Amino acid sequence: MNEKRLITGDPADVLTDEAQIDAMIARESICNNENLIYERPETLTDAIFHYCPGCGHGVTHRLIAEVINELDIQSETIGIAPVGCAVFAYHYFNIDMTEAAHGRATAVATGIKRLLPDKYVFSYQGDGDLAAIGTGETIHTCNRGENILIVFVNNGIYGMTGGQMAPTTLIGMKSTTSPYGRDAATMGYPLRITEMIATLPATYYVTRQAVNTPANVRKAKKAFQKAFEYQKQKKGTCFIEIVSNCPSNWKMTPLQSNKWLEENMLTFYKLGDIKAPGKESAE
Amino acid sequence: MAKVKGDIVVDIEKCKGCELCAQACPQDALELSRQVNSKGYLYIVKIEDNCTGCTNCSLVCPEGVIKVYRKTVDNKEHIATISDVKGDIKVTVAS
Repeated sequence: MNEKRLITGDPADVLTDEAQIDAMIARESICNNENLIYERPETLTDAIFHYCPGCGHGVTHRLIAEVINELDIQSETIGIAPVGCAVFAYHYFNIDMTEAAHGRATAVATGIKRLLPDKYVFSYQGDGDLAAIGTGETIHTCNRGENILIVFVNNGIYGMTGGQMAPTTLIGMKSTTSPYGRDAATMGYPLRITEMIATLPATYYVTRQAVNTPANVRKAKKAFQKAFEYQKQKKGTCFIEIVSNCPSNWKMTPLQSNKWLEENMLTFYKLGDIKAPGKESAE
Repeated sequence: MAKVKGDIVVDIEKCKGCELCAQACPQDALELSRQVNSKGYLYIVKIEDNCTGCTNCSLVCPEGVIKVYRKTVDNKEHIATISDVKGDIKVTVAS
């Protein structure tokens, strides 16, 4: 009974008489394993994420974990955690993971994949890691066509270090190092690195997804499923960009940040497959 | 008519009260609590009993703390009576 009280969480809901208890049992009678259709996947540990409330990293972690769980490749998958907000990713995935130096996750992934070619290898990186300090590693890994999956979470700002301008920060967007908004004359233009990578012949599947709405989450999950499938078939580098929000450093509530993402980020970073089998690459 | 009945269980100790699930819920069945959990966050509670088990809340949940249950509940089966039949009734008797 104690657990049921916790679920409703309302102090007025204290179970006093038999009728109330019966009503409660009737209401929750479908909560058994037979009717369970969704739960946290086993490939995530029980640790509480350190991410801020509403952060897209959590959904991205969960989707990768769900796909690993569904494909039953938990013992054959190796992940590389980056430096950035997702630096503790190895605490949350219940798979083999390692940490790489800042920006060098794809280089470490290359080494692991070449030594253990039968394992599934993915790197998980943010925009400061992949698109700023690790640009060289990223471009050359993709140019070699290493048979790995690169997950790129783009929130347009440096989250962990306190909201500095990233290469992917939009024009006019305020950050602690661009307090008057990003100015193209002195700070350059936002970098669409996903489009850049799609022009390389060795990449096989390059896509941009978001996790702000249930529909986008479903599409993103399909992208992860495809990417792991292509890796099994040894097709070449798969690159998935997830356009994410950063409520803390955008100085918004999670709901506002998702709205802002929809209106600003997604108009510049257009969602969809940029390079996919059977689709002409957007060059 | 079969009716779909759903329910959710939120792990309130892991919930951070971002309210993304409340926005995603097509039935508007979720709301922030008036109490905080041990980490000091307000958490999500189900306030309506009209859940259909669509899993939208769990899909957008960044913490992965929502368990969703769904069951198709059969209402009382409709038995056809003679008054339902419009037109002639043809009876074939097998010998």
